[in-house]
Amino acid sequence: MEKKRERKFLQGNDAVALGALYAGCKFYAGYPITPSTEVAERLAAWLPKNGGRFIQMEDEISAMAAVIGASLAGKKSLTATSGPGMSLKLENLGYGYMAEVPCVVLNVMRGGPSTGTPTGPGQADIMQARWGTHGDHPCIALTPSTVYEQFSQTVRAFNLAEKYRMPVIILSDEIIGHMREAIEVPLEGELEVIEREKPACAIDEYKPYDNSVLVPKMASFGQGYRYHVTGLNHDEYGFPTNSAKLIGLQEERLIKKVEENYDDIVQVEHFMCEDAEHIIFAFGSSARASKDAVLNLRKKGVKAGLLKPLTIWPFPDREISEYASKVKDITVVELSVGQSVREVSRAAGGRCNIKHIYKVDSKPISPVDIEKAVEG
Amino acid sequence: MAYNYEKYIRKGRLPHIWCPGCGYGIIMKSMIRAIDAMGWSKDETVIASGIGCASRLPGYLDFNTLHTTHGRSLAFATGIKLANPELKIVALGGDGDMSAIGGNHFIHACRRNIDMTVIVFNNNIYGMTGGQYSPTTPLGAKATTAPYGMLEPDFDICKLAVAAGATFVGRSTSYHALPMEKLFKEAFSHKGLSVVEIIAGCPTGFGRKNNQKTPTSMLLWQKDHAVTKQMAEKMSAEELEGKFITGVLYHDTSKKEYVENYDAVTGFSEK
Amino acid sequence: MAKSEIVIHKERCKGCEICVLLCPAQVLDIQDFKVNVADIEKCTACMQCELRCPDFAIEVTRL
Repeated sequence: MEKKRERKFLQGNDAVALGALYAGCKFYAGYPITPSTEVAERLAAWLPKNGGRFIQMEDEISAMAAVIGASLAGKKSLTATSGPGMSLKLENLGYGYMAEVPCVVLNVMRGGPSTGTPTGPGQADIMQARWGTHGDHPCIALTPSTVYEQFSQTVRAFNLAEKYRMPVIILSDEIIGHMREAIEVPLEGELEVIEREKPACAIDEYKPYDNSVLVPKMASFGQGYRYHVTGLNHDEYGFPTNSAKLIGLQEERLIKKVEENYDDIVQVEHFMCEDAEHIIFAFGSSARASKDAVLNLRKKGVKAGLLKPLTIWPFPDREISEYASKVKDITVVELSVGQSVREVSRAAGGRCNIKHIYKVDSKPISPVDIEKAVEG
Repeated sequence: MAYNYEKYIRKGRLPHIWCPGCGYGIIMKSMIRAIDAMGWSKDETVIASGIGCASRLPGYLDFNTLHTTHGRSLAFATGIKLANPELKIVALGGDGDMSAIGGNHFIHACRRNIDMTVIVFNNNIYGMTGGQYSPTTPLGAKATTAPYGMLEPDFDICKLAVAAGATFVGRSTSYHALPMEKLFKEAFSHKGLSVVEIIAGCPTGFGRKNNQKTPTSMLLWQKDHAVTKQMAEKMSAEELEGKFITGVLYHDTSKKEYVENYDAVTGFSEK
Repeated sequence: MAKSEIVIHKERCKGCEICVLLCPAQVLDIQDFKVNVADIEKCTACMQCELRCPDFAIEVTRL
C-alpha cells in the first residue's frame, strides 16, 4: 500500500523542529527567547526519542558553541533564537565560518534594536545576518514565508550547511514563527537530505582545510583523523599560521564556496511575474501580504508580480537584475526602514524605478498599503 | 629511561610559544603522563581550550584538538560530549579564560556535572596580552592595568567550583610535577565534572612586576606556599596565612552524571 | 663511570635555567643562552631536570 503524507496543523516554529528531525538533526542547544522558544520546547521532547540530545544552555553564546561542538563530533545541529540572542551568537557564528563547521541557526526576527518588541515581527536583521560577525566571511541565509516553507527550508538549510561546510541562517519572523497552517508532511525520501562528506583517505594524507578544493571533507572527532580546529587563520592541517599566502588562500576559499555556487544556493519564487510590469520584492511575512496585493492588483488590471526570495543571502542579484531591464518598477516591501531596498537598488543598477514601502511599528504591512505603493 | 613524550606530541610543533620559564610546559608534561597512564586512545580523546597562553596547548598534542573562542571551551565541550559521550574530554584554559570571560560557562558546567575534566592554568595574570590583571591577581599585586596594585579581591577557583557543584575539585602547582600528574589521573578517573586548578608562574607578565625575578624563584615560591590538605588539617589559621592548599579538596560521587542521567530519564535511544 | 646519559634538544631550549637551579648536583650550566651538560659524572639520574623542563628539551636516561 502506498504511504500517504500526514496532514498536520502546525505552528511555524513547530515546523522548523519537525523539518530538523526530517533532515537528521541530532542535537539542539538553545536559550529561551521569544518568539523562537517553541522550537526548543518541541525538540526537548522529540530529540531523545529520535536518537538526539537537547540541552538548554546558560546563555546564547554557549548555545552556539555547543552546537558547533556537537557538529564537530559528527552530529547535525540546530539552535534557534531571536534578535538579542542573535547578537550574542555572532561571536561563535564567526568561529563556525572560520573553522568550517556545518550547523543551522534560526533567527525568528522580532522588532529591534535591543530588546525591541519580542512579540511583534521584524525584518531588520538582514544585514546582521550578512555582516554581523566581524571579518570577511561567507553567508547563506534563507527566508521562509509559509509554515510549509519553515519545514522545507529547514531541511534545505541543513543540506546547504553540510554541503558547504558552514553555518546556515534561517531568517524567519514572528508572524511566520507563530502562525498556524496545515501542511502535508513530506514522506521520507521526498525531500533530498544531504549527508556530510567524510574523508576516507589515509590518516596522514588528510587535510581538513585543503585549499585545493572548495569544500574539504570533514572528519568527526573520534573518527580517527586527529586534527586541530581553531578560529585563528590556519594552514591546511588546521594549525595556526602567519603565512600571508595561506591566510589569503583560506580567506578567499571561504568566500568562494558560496560565491561560486550561486545557482545551487539561491532560490526565488516568481509569482505572476511572466508578463508583469510591476514587480514586488518581498520575503517572509511581507511576501504573504504582497501575494494578496498582486492578486488584487491583477483584478484591477494592473500587471503586478511577486519576486519572493527564499534565499536572501547571497542576495538574488541576478534575478533582480533580469527584471530590472524588463519592468517599469520594483516595489520593495519590508519590515525595516531600508535594509533590503538598498540591496535591490544596487542589483537593479538604475535600470528601473525602485519604490519602497516599509513598517517598523511592530505591525505587519497590509495588502492595501502595498497596492497603493505599487499604484502610486 | 627518559619519558617518551614524543608519542603524544605532534611532529614539528615544538618549540612551543610559551616564554622562557613558563610553567605551562611542565603542566603539559604531567597531562601527557596522566593521559598515557589512563590508557586513553588518541582517537577517543578530545582536548579543548579557549583563548590565551594556556589555550595554545591543544595544538601541540596528537589528539582531537579544539582551540575555541575566549572562555567558551566548556560550552563547545558540552556539545561534543552530548553528541558523542564515548569521547574523553579535557577542557583547559587560563584564569582569565575560565573565571572572567568564561565564568558563566565554568559555573554552569560545574552545576551540570557532565563527565569531563576542566584544568585551570592559574598564573594570576593575562599573559598573552601582556600582563593585565585577572580575577585571580592577588590584592595589591602589580599588573600593567593595575599600576597602583590590584584593587579587586580575587577569586578562589576551587571554592568557586565546589560552590557551583563540581563533584571533584583539586589543586596543584607547576612545581609539583608528580603530585600534579597523580591529581590529573584522579580527576580523569572521576565520573562527572572534575576541576583541577594548577598554580603556575608567569615570569614575563607577573613575576617581573612582583618581586619574583626568575622562573625558578616562581617555582620555589609555589613549593614554599603549597600546603597539602593533610598538612593543612593540622595547621592553625595563623600558620595557613598566605598559603594555599593542594591535593584533592572535594570529591562527591553521589551526584548523577548529566549525560547518563539524560539518557535514562528521557528514554534516549540511538536511532 | 656516569650514571646517566643526558640528551639536550638545543633547538627547544629557551635558557630559562630552571633545570640548572633545581639540579641538586650542579650537573648543568648555561652556555650561549642554552642548557649545557657541564659535568655528567656528578649526575645521580634523579630526573628533576627532565621532569621540570617546560620545553621538552632534556632527556635523561639512567644507565
